[in-house]
Amino acid sequence: MTTTDTRPTTTRPSTEYLDPKLNSRIPEGPIERKWERHKFEMKLVSPTNRRRYTIIVVGSGLAGASAAATLGEAGYNVKCYTYHDSPRRAHSIAAQGGINAAKNYRNDGDSVFRLFYDTVKGGDFRAREANVYRLAEVSMAIIDQCVAQGVPFAREYSGYLDNRSFGGAQVARTFYARGQTGQQLLLGAYQALSRQIGLGQVKMYSRTEMLDLVVIDGRARGIVTRDMVTGKIESHFADAVVLATGGYSNVFYLSTNAKACNATAIWRAHRRGAFFGNPCYTQIHPTCIPVSGDHQSKLTLMSESLRNDGRVWVPKTPGDKRAPSSIPEDERDYYLERRYPSYGNLAPRDIASRAAKQVCDEGRGVGPGGLGVYLDFSDAIKRLGKKVIEDRYGNLFEMYERITGENPYETPMRIYPAVHYTMGGLWVDYNLMSTIPGLFVVGEANFSDHGANRLGASALMQGLADGYFILPYTIADYLASTKLPKVDTTHLAFRETEAEAADRIKRLLNTKGTRTVDMFHRELGKIMWDYCGMARNEAGLKHALEMIPELRERFWREVKVPGEGNDINQELEKAGRVADFMELAELMCIDALHRDESCGGHFREEHQTEDGEAERDDENFSYVAAWEFTGLGTKPVLHKEPLIFEYVKPTVRSYK
Amino acid sequence: MNLTLHVWRQKNPQSEGRFVTYQAKDIIPDMSFLEMLDVVNQELIMKGEEPIAFEHDCREGICGSCGMVINGYPHGGHRGTTACQLHMRHFKDGDTITIEPWRARAFPVMKDLIVDRSAFDRIIQAGGFISANTGVAQDANAILVPKQNADAAMDAAACIGCGACVAACPNASAMLFTAAKIAHLGLLPQGQPERYTRVVRMVEQMDKEGFGGCTNIGECAAACPKVIPLDVIARMNRDLLVAKIKGV
Repeated sequence: MTTTDTRPTTTRPSTEYLDPKLNSRIPEGPIERKWERHKFEMKLVSPTNRRRYTIIVVGSGLAGASAAATLGEAGYNVKCYTYHDSPRRAHSIAAQGGINAAKNYRNDGDSVFRLFYDTVKGGDFRAREANVYRLAEVSMAIIDQCVAQGVPFAREYSGYLDNRSFGGAQVARTFYARGQTGQQLLLGAYQALSRQIGLGQVKMYSRTEMLDLVVIDGRARGIVTRDMVTGKIESHFADAVVLATGGYSNVFYLSTNAKACNATAIWRAHRRGAFFGNPCYTQIHPTCIPVSGDHQSKLTLMSESLRNDGRVWVPKTPGDKRAPSSIPEDERDYYLERRYPSYGNLAPRDIASRAAKQVCDEGRGVGPGGLGVYLDFSDAIKRLGKKVIEDRYGNLFEMYERITGENPYETPMRIYPAVHYTMGGLWVDYNLMSTIPGLFVVGEANFSDHGANRLGASALMQGLADGYFILPYTIADYLASTKLPKVDTTHLAFRETEAEAADRIKRLLNTKGTRTVDMFHRELGKIMWDYCGMARNEAGLKHALEMIPELRERFWREVKVPGEGNDINQELEKAGRVADFMELAELMCIDALHRDESCGGHFREEHQTEDGEAERDDENFSYVAAWEFTGLGTKPVLHKEPLIFEYVKPTVRSYK
Repeated sequence: MNLTLHVWRQKNPQSEGRFVTYQAKDIIPDMSFLEMLDVVNQELIMKGEEPIAFEHDCREGICGSCGMVINGYPHGGHRGTTACQLHMRHFKDGDTITIEPWRARAFPVMKDLIVDRSAFDRIIQAGGFISANTGVAQDANAILVPKQNADAAMDAAACIGCGACVAACPNASAMLFTAAKIAHLGLLPQGQPERYTRVVRMVEQMDKEGFGGCTNIGECAAACPKVIPLDVIARMNRDLLVAKIKGV
């Protein structure tokens, strides 16, 4: 392993500024030794004792499946839950482009420190250094593990692994399996999980949705679920609970997330006492297929890897309606190359998205409604030949053509930004434990690692780092150092939580109103996109904060959920999720309003430079905002975890 | 455009199902097939009826959730296209469309167009993996994989587990699904130690689930939305034969 000799730029007083409720438990010592040392200092559960512990893992995407499989291999009793018919369907499967690792196989100057540096900078200096360093450190083991499992990564003719470049980096450190990297990594984890299910080490609960978390004596001790086939509300107990339930982009209704992606698990845990970290940090991905009409049910992402060879442009003149092929070269504005010459088309996602919005706001957008920019491959095809482009992006081009009916080999793609990922999530300490002891949160569901903006090909890396290599250590430390009284599902707390969940379902079914769940969801999505989307401002956010409670109140009065609760009822499932989105949306706006600066994906119009770049305010906002739930309709309490940068000095994030 | 739909409705596995006719009105060519069903469902809900239950999630052709037989063809019969990626521009105003669930003994209907595909999971659980515990791995580049093998493994690994192959097969065979995983892992050096036990266990489980046998018709590969080639089945049979000879 390559480590870079690093010295702190400042000495960090470890106890300074600590919010008593917010102990990040960052180990002492130089950053490159922290994880190593922590692993040694943490307590272990001996192999023969592991079978005495039961661990619940909710979610079976990259983070959940990898955690469940690894904990099963270690010998714990694992119970894993998914609302899908099979653990293989989780939305990690849709990630296209790749996974980062600091292997430096290209000999282009990559290192753990560089990946760490790029990620902290890419996150606009709003991530916790120690976590990011650890992520970069374990990135290499992930690639090794996946290859051992048989993940068919792309290879050179020599048989060695191939790499490509991604946004926000000047090295090629991204490993990929055609345009289906997420699928292949997920299937690797799914297969490892399947092996443990076959061995009886993991019990899999498919078509089972978590409705609430059960907290006993201040510790997470189980969950309440709904069997989505019979409608039965059931309790499940454990010694620790892991949430790996993904992000909440679907609060916007239209996003690149799968239709079922939802925030219910993390939101219910938040209501039970888990603080929510940086809810306003959402990522808008620059390369999605533009909306084609009101019927649109979701948005489709086109991998960022396309920006390796595609050039982004719009006409120089507003309102230029000519076909792209008849616009001469000198009347085109390759605005990313012009504004960010050193990164060009590979500028990070938040910057590329905002730049697209700006040119469209100037009236230079292309396609129906003027909400689109060109992603043009004609130069790359001229330079490399159609065959090479087809090898690299064939399946993406096909997908584009299937959806739009246009052939991107002949006419440039039209793309527009769309909500794609949420950097915010439940607040966790260095051990990935939330503010509820015994509740661990992994993958996109937690807030850590990506700061205010995630770099491409880093989500897969984080999900697998958490699941394979971090959580299995830290959860053992919790179990070994905690005295857990014996409980089972007859405990009063289970009975009460079950009754509350059943009551909510009854209310949804009995409202028998006049408007469908989708109508409310679209309405919520529009509020969020208009006022808490790519650009935000004080007046808009205040307006949204008036509209959301009103919408929520109408939802509970007017929603129409057909059918009954005792069989497969997809409208009922949706209704419960949208009800929780309505509450989370409010917190997102509160957080966005309080963060009176621009950083990463959070762009406050009041804070920008003359040429429209985001303006951070490190003096006042260099902290993680962790919100404590105090009841619906009452203002949540803000806790601050100060961010201290010892190794990467926050600077104006420049990709020029 | 306006369309007439004949849709299979079935309350639960025990009840008898039947076709019900619906009108899909004001459908736009840019809609996906599932968005067309969304429109119909919204109308049904507003009328106080239960919407058509169908499985779907990513709506970009990769999760494998969606699956329905459209006018006799799984996923609608467009090469390399799942139902969620099928767009209405392939239909004409006034068309009549018949929509049914997968039909196979091993895939019992749960409700309307939803079937139980958990048999696929059990086939993978029987041996569709490489037993590499977390932490065992050596450096990734210590295992060299010739590009052509990696590419062929990727072709097979592209399977999304949707079940169209079973639905298309007159014998309701799961050979293409099972063989694709066997080919993916068997083409890689990492998959060699378990190669023969894997094929024996997976095929045993496949038979136990009640899938039919293969009679080389090839409907599975024609219907596969990920265009998995038929030759993976030949490869599986060859591995099975070697396993028998070796007495695995």
